[in-house]
Amino acid sequence: MRYVIIGNSAAAVGAIEGIRSKDKKGSITVISIESHHTYSRPLISYLVQGKTDRDKMKYRPDSFYEDNNVNAILGRRVVKIIPDMSSVILDDSSAVEYDKLLVATGSSPFMPPIQGLNDVKRVHTFMTLDDAVNLLEIINSQSRVLILGAGLIGLKCLEAISGKVASVTVIDLADQVLPSVLDKKSSQIVKEFLEKKNVDIRLSCSIKQAYENSALLTDGTQISFDILVMAVGVRPNISILKAAGAYADRGIIVDHQQHTSIKDIYAAGDCTQGYDMSIEKNRVLALLPNAYMQGYTAGLNMTGEEKTFDTGMPMNALSLMGMHILSAGVYEGEDYTEEKEGKYKKLFYSQDTLKGFILVNDIDCAGIYTAMIRNKTPLSSVDFELIKQKPSLCALAKERRSNLLNGKETW
Amino acid sequence: MPINYIFPQFEILRDQTRCIKCRVCEKQCANEVHRYDDDYKIMIADESKCVNCHRCVALCPTSALRIIKNPHSFRENSNWTSDTITDIYKQASTAGVLLSSMGNPMSYPVYWDKLLINASQVTNPSIDPLREPMETKTFLGAKKHVIKRDDKGNIISNLSPQLELSTPIMFSAMSYGSLSYNAHESLARAAKNLGILYNTGEGGLHEDFYQYGSNTIVQVASGRFGVHKDYLNAGAAVEIKMGQGAKPGIGGHLPGAKITEDVSKTRMIPIGTDAISPAPHHDIYSIEDLNQLVMSLKNATGFRKPVIVKIAAVHNVAAIASGIARSGADIIAIDGFRGGTGAAPIRIRDNVGIPIELALAAVDTRLRNEGIRDNVSLVVGGSIRSSADIVKAIALGADAVYIATAALLALGCHLCRTCYSGKCNWGIATQREDLVKRLNPEVGYQRLINLITAWTHEIKEMMGGMGINSIEALKGNRFMLRGIGLNQKELDILGVRHAGE
Amino acid sequence: MKKIKVNEKWCLGCHLCEYYCAFANSGIQDMVKALKDMQIKPRLRIEQNDKISFAVSCRHCEDPICVKSCISGALTIKDHVVCIDKQRCIGCYTCVLVCPYGAVLPSEEGAVRKCELCTSRSDSKPACVQGCPNKAIELVEV
Repeated sequence: MRYVIIGNSAAAVGAIEGIRSKDKKGSITVISIESHHTYSRPLISYLVQGKTDRDKMKYRPDSFYEDNNVNAILGRRVVKIIPDMSSVILDDSSAVEYDKLLVATGSSPFMPPIQGLNDVKRVHTFMTLDDAVNLLEIINSQSRVLILGAGLIGLKCLEAISGKVASVTVIDLADQVLPSVLDKKSSQIVKEFLEKKNVDIRLSCSIKQAYENSALLTDGTQISFDILVMAVGVRPNISILKAAGAYADRGIIVDHQQHTSIKDIYAAGDCTQGYDMSIEKNRVLALLPNAYMQGYTAGLNMTGEEKTFDTGMPMNALSLMGMHILSAGVYEGEDYTEEKEGKYKKLFYSQDTLKGFILVNDIDCAGIYTAMIRNKTPLSSVDFELIKQKPSLCALAKERRSNLLNGKETW
Repeated sequence: MPINYIFPQFEILRDQTRCIKCRVCEKQCANEVHRYDDDYKIMIADESKCVNCHRCVALCPTSALRIIKNPHSFRENSNWTSDTITDIYKQASTAGVLLSSMGNPMSYPVYWDKLLINASQVTNPSIDPLREPMETKTFLGAKKHVIKRDDKGNIISNLSPQLELSTPIMFSAMSYGSLSYNAHESLARAAKNLGILYNTGEGGLHEDFYQYGSNTIVQVASGRFGVHKDYLNAGAAVEIKMGQGAKPGIGGHLPGAKITEDVSKTRMIPIGTDAISPAPHHDIYSIEDLNQLVMSLKNATGFRKPVIVKIAAVHNVAAIASGIARSGADIIAIDGFRGGTGAAPIRIRDNVGIPIELALAAVDTRLRNEGIRDNVSLVVGGSIRSSADIVKAIALGADAVYIATAALLALGCHLCRTCYSGKCNWGIATQREDLVKRLNPEVGYQRLINLITAWTHEIKEMMGGMGINSIEALKGNRFMLRGIGLNQKELDILGVRHAGE
Repeated sequence: MKKIKVNEKWCLGCHLCEYYCAFANSGIQDMVKALKDMQIKPRLRIEQNDKISFAVSCRHCEDPICVKSCISGALTIKDHVVCIDKQRCIGCYTCVLVCPYGAVLPSEEGAVRKCELCTSRSDSKPACVQGCPNKAIELVEV
């Protein structure tokens, strides 16, 4: 059996581990556009910050490919997939044949159309290890940095460089920071926290016109900078699969077993639009845990073992300059809100189940909330008043709790 | 209180350099002695509430605590001791009868400690218990005087029902109510595992423990708590409690606070009412009356179970035992004045009754002299503290012993003697759910098994040392004992010679 | 393989397991020196309300969500025990977000804390099992 995987990040690693859990013999070939050993993408900001190094940020140990008998073709791009011939064509014109193919091409930063963007002297994205290394080389204590985008990537970049440069300004078109993760109140808490740390944040604001070292913003002000970091969002890398005829929307459409619409071709990770249980529809969920689970599921299905992954949902764990933000699910339904001394909790529930939550700094045992969402635990079967106060197993029925803590049941 | 007559009996010493403020002492003290002071940021203690149960000391992970006797003292006075004086202060304040728990702590002579055991030497060599079989098994019940054979020469077996014990030790009567459910479960399970018996006491038998019935003695006391037909048939034997060593002449008392729903159901009395057992059985005023009760119990149980009569050791115990031996009872249990109790008036507990050693010797001698020793087995209790005490008891004439305080010590009791408060920190003598939890029967029953196993092993060693290989051969074998520091009268009553003779 | 079994029936809420755990994993020989005047850092937690209490520690799941979700690969499963490489952990708390038992504990030191069944200690039995005065925590073979 020849397994071929396009990609070398979380979904690909998940697939390798999934395949090897069942099939120790089949050959696995990994083709990646990046030339690095598999690394943890979210850790690039920590590399810039100085909290990790090139070795520690590897997603798996050095011996990973060897231990799993993987042939890694690094630094090569797949230009075309030919399903009828079960092969993929690389940018050096070589072809690799497959019995089962996994596309885990991830996503790429989105470059919005901004007037004058091409004139800007130093434009950076903040997605790959190379991006991080380049940025680290360029910045110095006199640098003035403008970050376009106050989402997860923009703020992590901010955290990484704020101690190393002269000034950072973050601007976002939305009227709140972390628009896809937080609600109004919690994003207000985060904004105030960041401003106390001398970060300049301007919301409902974008670049009207960019110049070599400055920009005219939509609020009418002018700002000078040495480096511009684009962090407005990512787009799934779907071009080669779409060209091969796979059904795609924003991302590659996959079913619960990670099949694409083309036989023997699977997809996993940021490039897919898989099932999101919180909205009961397919949605692009560009999160590492989701990517790994999808990859692992795809790997198992590629070996012939039937496995379903239908509990994907939005979730985020963000640590930002000492503040911790955890969230999951969808923010719909009735809500319960609690705010005190820099801690914020909001639970969303409807139809007798927990649907989502946002936690700022009050994060102990949040996984219990997540499990309740994932399992659709009926709120009438637990002590919901207690759950509102803090996530605890005490709120579960005695027998269920006893079975959970004694290995008789799992969540 | 403007004038403080009663000063705290104990002082709590805490090594503050060792204390890590884990607050286990605070969490585990039902008397609320320990507290964390938020301002000074240290643990402090209110010694006036301390009963010296050692729970905090035992659990402190850094051994930072010690409890000592409060050195605050009265002028030295051998007659007016500080306890005697304090008792008067208490009664002047409350007009009440002073209560206490567990056995007589006064310094009367302990005859076990004045008896010495023989060992074989040169002639009649010792037996090595690791190489030779040693029989600790014993049977309790009436034995026949004569052996009848049929025309083929086979023995005609017409023995009355016997209790088989793997070792001559049983757990004595402690009621459910004075003890917790978990304590009873530990005793029942240990008895079953060891092949011995435990006693329900006068609190009835909880429905969950009927499964251990073949290792249970059900007690019928003067209050008749929990007595019904199924109860009588549930056990291996029925015991009529005529008296108790700790409080001869008076009945039992369990305060209403300890009568929880479960206790009430088992005892068949309303929740929260005091459970008072009257002093006499109001239907037994003579030996003939006793005989009547013994017979009705035997009828109710189909003559399949031995009947035990338990009496306290009092002045004319020998005469009483003689009467009981003729009443149809199969076993006489004698409880000496050192016996424990959940609650008893101090003056009764400390001043009434006689030592079990003397009572045992007197009863055994009297029954033998009257030729009726075989009518009954003798079981003695009232502070059997070690395997040596057991060997001596059997040598004096007992068939088996009853232990209670020793069993509770195995379960964790520290003899603080405040069982009557219902706040036993070890989960033994309490009905408070949060305290009963502390005695996990998995741990408790194993400790009881360990204790009895150890004692049985020691008994074998001592027997082997004497050149004896069975309990039967040790029973009543007074030649194996010598007295030391006893006067002639004591030696006569005990029926032993003085060491050296 | 051995697993921790928790019996809430016997838990007294005394928290001694937390203290013994913190001491055992402190690397210091003397308990007073290890724990005096500091916030203890145990790898398990006691859940408690008025009536009930019990210890919660990592269940070392066969299919651990935390390992799958860990963004740095710091959490791994070795011989049926979920271990954490503290050097790799950057304290993102994704594991806290996904553990359904709330068994991963946030920590001020950056890397999270979790039970590793005392496998890195020379003593064979986990400290919590040894330290529980009422056998509410047991090590069982499954």
